Amino acid sequence: MDETIRNILAEHGRFPVDVASISDDSDLFQAGMTSHASVNVMLALEDEFDVEFPESMLRKGTFESVAAIRSALSELIGS
Amino acid sequence: MSAGPAIRVGADIATVGEVSESIARFGGRYLRRIYTEHEIASCTGPPPAAAASLAARFAAKEATIKVLRPVGHQPDWRSMEVRRDPGGWCSMSLSGHAAVLADEAGIAELAVSLTHEGGLAAAVVVALCHEASTAREQEEGLSQTRADGTR
Repeated sequence: MDETIRNILAEHGRFPVDVASISDDSDLFQAGMTSHASVNVMLALEDEFDVEFPESMLRKGTFESVAAIRSALSELIGS
Repeated sequence: MSAGPAIRVGADIATVGEVSESIARFGGRYLRRIYTEHEIASCTGPPPAAAASLAARFAAKEATIKVLRPVGHQPDWRSMEVRRDPGGWCSMSLSGHAAVLADEAGIAELAVSLTHEGGLAAAVVVALCHEASTAREQEEGLSQTRADGTR
């Protein structure tokens, strides 16, 4: 799951740095991801994992780190 | 320190091209997750013009978050809605957690201004804070007075 998340971040996150250099707990917004790019990340994650983020998850905090994304996806896939 | 109303200001900028790309890539799903029905209906015209209007609204939502100053739980995008008056001007309407944050900050009035030019869109949001923030300012002023040993 982590590799897929990172591939999507690399494609849609518009980072000024290599995504591989970002740790699991690093703040993705501080690393350069814009809020609008995070929306694209969310939609690409939905396509890839065949899930839909509920309205309660449609906020920046859900996508603030690789770990947060993994946690949200695990919750959705497990539910 | 003045005991008058406090003012908060938020500003943000968005790239029209990124909004166009998101619409091309994800279509209506992108629109429905971020914008309210009213906002989508307000952004009509040729695709570049519609994308510019949507980008300005996205910037307005970001500017509103800066005004609300959330800690932890962030408001979702659709809880901050740009309402377009038939006269052409816009206002910001809050619901859900965004409205709760505004109440906690004592925000009594919100004003928003949108613009777009040359591939960029921007928004400025101004909030006028009444009771809660004014009372807090007065309390902080009293605390400072006590700390100084003055009356």
